[in-house]
Amino acid sequence: MSKSERPNQLFRNLNAKVASIPMVLTALVIFVGGSAWTVLYSFTNSKLLPRLNFVGLDQYYRLWSTPRWLVSIENLLVYGVLSLVFSLVIGFILAALLDQKIRFEDTFRTIFLYPFALSFIVTGLVWQWLLNPEFGIQGVVRGLGWESFSFDPLYNSEIVIYGILIAALWQGTGLIMCLMLAGLRGIDEDIWKAARVDGIPTLKTYLFIIIPMMRPVFITALVIIAAGIVKVYDLVVAQTSGGPGIASEVPAKYVYDYMFFAQNLGQGFAASTMMLLSVVVVIVPWAYLEFGGKKHV
Amino acid sequence: MSDLAVSLPAGTDSIGFEASGPRGPKPRHVFSRRNIFLYGTLIVVALYYLLPLYVMVVTSLKGMPEIRLGNIFSPPLEITFEPWVKAWSSACTGLNCDGLSRGFWNSVRITVPSVILSIAIASVNGYALANWRFKGADTFFVILIVGAFIPYQVMIYPIVIILREIGLYGSLSGLVIVHSIFGMPILTLLFRNYFSSMPDELFRAARVDGAGFWGIYFRIMLPMSLPIFVVAIILQVTGIWNDFLFGVVYTRPDTYPMTVQLNNIVNSVQGVKEYNVNMAATILTGLVPLVVYFVSGKLFVRGIAAGAVKG
Amino acid sequence: MTRLENASVSIQDLSLNFGAISVLETLNIDVAEGEFIVLLGPSGCGKSTLLNCIAGLLDVSDGRIFIKGKNVTWEEPKNRGIGMVFQSYALYPQMTVEKNLSFGLRVAGIAKDEIAKRIARAAEILQIEPLLQRKPSALSGGQRQRVAIGRALVRDVDVFLFDEPLSNLDAKLRAELRVEIKLLHSKLQNTMIYVTHDQIEAMTLADRIAVMKGGVIQQLDAPQTIYNRPVNRFVAGFLGSPAMNFLDGRLEKNDGNWHFVAEDVRIPLATYAFEKEPVPGAAVFGIRPEHVAFNSGSGWPFTATANVVVVEPMGSDTLVWLKLGNQNFTVRVTSERTPNNADTVSIGFDPMRASLFDAATGARL
Repeated sequence: MSKSERPNQLFRNLNAKVASIPMVLTALVIFVGGSAWTVLYSFTNSKLLPRLNFVGLDQYYRLWSTPRWLVSIENLLVYGVLSLVFSLVIGFILAALLDQKIRFEDTFRTIFLYPFALSFIVTGLVWQWLLNPEFGIQGVVRGLGWESFSFDPLYNSEIVIYGILIAALWQGTGLIMCLMLAGLRGIDEDIWKAARVDGIPTLKTYLFIIIPMMRPVFITALVIIAAGIVKVYDLVVAQTSGGPGIASEVPAKYVYDYMFFAQNLGQGFAASTMMLLSVVVVIVPWAYLEFGGKKHV
Repeated sequence: MSDLAVSLPAGTDSIGFEASGPRGPKPRHVFSRRNIFLYGTLIVVALYYLLPLYVMVVTSLKGMPEIRLGNIFSPPLEITFEPWVKAWSSACTGLNCDGLSRGFWNSVRITVPSVILSIAIASVNGYALANWRFKGADTFFVILIVGAFIPYQVMIYPIVIILREIGLYGSLSGLVIVHSIFGMPILTLLFRNYFSSMPDELFRAARVDGAGFWGIYFRIMLPMSLPIFVVAIILQVTGIWNDFLFGVVYTRPDTYPMTVQLNNIVNSVQGVKEYNVNMAATILTGLVPLVVYFVSGKLFVRGIAAGAVKG
Repeated sequence: MTRLENASVSIQDLSLNFGAISVLETLNIDVAEGEFIVLLGPSGCGKSTLLNCIAGLLDVSDGRIFIKGKNVTWEEPKNRGIGMVFQSYALYPQMTVEKNLSFGLRVAGIAKDEIAKRIARAAEILQIEPLLQRKPSALSGGQRQRVAIGRALVRDVDVFLFDEPLSNLDAKLRAELRVEIKLLHSKLQNTMIYVTHDQIEAMTLADRIAVMKGGVIQQLDAPQTIYNRPVNRFVAGFLGSPAMNFLDGRLEKNDGNWHFVAEDVRIPLATYAFEKEPVPGAAVFGIRPEHVAFNSGSGWPFTATANVVVVEPMGSDTLVWLKLGNQNFTVRVTSERTPNNADTVSIGFDPMRASLFDAATGARL
């Protein structure tokens, strides 16, 4: 006769705990541990191999006095602001156009979204070809007789980041359009009817009623675009390899190159810590607004 | 009630109304200004979106002399599949000259196990989170979701060290593990939300019937959630196939996935650039996700919508 | 039959098709100035569609719509002189109540003091003054619906359209707001067209009810007429709860008198007012449960005995389910006279209050 004992807390629901081991390991070891490790080693002078030889903020001083990093940050800001604005505006306009009960909606949606299925490498290479000054768009227009026409963003360090932006928008706006379209479809039909009965013109209905109602969708889109901006890497590698010169460098590429080519791990860690910081700056206010704010209402 | 109107059968003459005037449907012109603007805009934008695909295909079917002389938008005068053959089997990356085929098979060997492993882990995990909550589970889940926003660059080097310690650095299995790790946040969220939306009575009834953790998962949940598995597969196949960063960090040249191989073919070759071969190679690399996209249609949209709504 | 000369809303030969599917078929209604018309019918009968056509939210396939004598068939909704209240309220969520009320007026470029005046009036009528600075999310369902009515009110229009305005509310609130809408109508004396599937709302609010089915108006009449003299079996069955009793049987003429015969039940029809000259044949006999007397002697043109099957006490009265012959039959009795299950009871009624329908077409005989 065994006495019925209170089962050990640790073994209650054991299967679920076993099934969650990968999640726990990923969360703790990779996400928390890995980030902490990188931040810690960013204060060392690690070169080829990571070493715990602390040098304070030296890596950061060097980072912020390296022209290549400064160019990267400037590019990221320009690229980031423009891609945010254009993605949201173009995505919303396309979604609004598709929401007019048009024919062939599925066809149009399929066309606008297919670039999103492609790799950034593929996108980068095809736009590299389209923007090739000799054979691409510039060459074609000149061939038509307009000899002075100039459109060679990938070979002009002043505007190279716009060349990358064009490719990024081509690939990414379809996703934003899909999100916006889902948001528009979620709006009560009666709102549209009420606006029509009230005699409110379509444009005003969008601006004053629909867009404010779609605030959550816009925030979601904003977070997605912002997260993508910080990570931008493959596209630049494929389209320009950071060139001409260092004109189209971005932080993610800076990190990779210093870690795996320049064998200056400390610089790479410092740069990636700055990237982490920038994400925190974006994510924390958003999380506070979305989740923290509700408790106070 | 005698002063109230009585309805008339159709066709009776009406008194007090003009006989002419608007009647029936409001006239609609197919070529109204609104329609011209609407469809015009959509068609122009659609052409813009299709242009790169068109140029890729057209360029890949031309010979080099025609490319040098002609216009990238003009259709090929003489169709040749030579560039495709070369891209597939003999294009050079600077290290070897056996074309994209090596990268293709590497990508297959990476994608298939990664998709299976990541979905297996995430679906069981999402099921545990939805139906078998235990203390602390939500904390780890929140860390996992927030972690999805951390730039990969912050974590790649620690993972290099871990993989090196367990002897998997540079191998395909190492990359499979990396993909499973980084696919976990979004997939777990996807499955957790899906299982949470299933009626709770079902789960309780199964427990009363004596089914346990795995019994309910395999016999009740799995058969009922095929659509979400399809969504997850679409999400993972395209995501992993298109990956570049992890491929270039965690594999060696002989195990490079297709995207890395493609970039090396196009960007690191010295001498004369063969644009037709490059474009053929680019299409070949984009083909797998494109086929997945066009075949899956609405499910793809659902997948990215699910993937998009993080948090 | 005359056509109303000063009709507030007049619908003439209105049809609507979606492709091959006909949703509304050649409808004709004239609504008098200040009249309260209820469009009643089961879901999918076309009542909301008809309302949307009147509002101009749907284009018609054929026919004309006049509001205040003006042909508005091709007019935009805002130019039709209508205000509309929706089932889901359709309040603009990010605007305060006041902004919700004034938005249409501001867009129309109406002067500020005029807007303020109209809002003050609407708020007073609807007693929503304390709510003006709140957002819709901070209002209860009843308050939201009041604001929605207010939005129609400030437009200063002739015709109010209601699209199932009370369906999203719970039963108690629905009853309260029903009374308020009735009061509002008597105060404003506007023309109102009101869509619902709730027969109580229809009976209590309407000057006239239009019962619709399959895109066709079955009967357009005062509530009592529709209740007491339904034109066909559908209308008879749709109105009334518990539903009218229907007995299947035959019309027969014996010794110069018409009878309704269902097996061993023989109902004399001497007191029944036929619509047209009857002919022998299959027919349906309908009588409402409250028109049947229960255990009350033999002073009725028709009496019978029946077996009690089920007794449903409902508080104020009791519903008794019987077998009359072999057909189901319900009787409504006062609570004190509730019988027991399996009792045999006597019933009686006057066929004057009954309705006879053609078995094949369902039309009133």
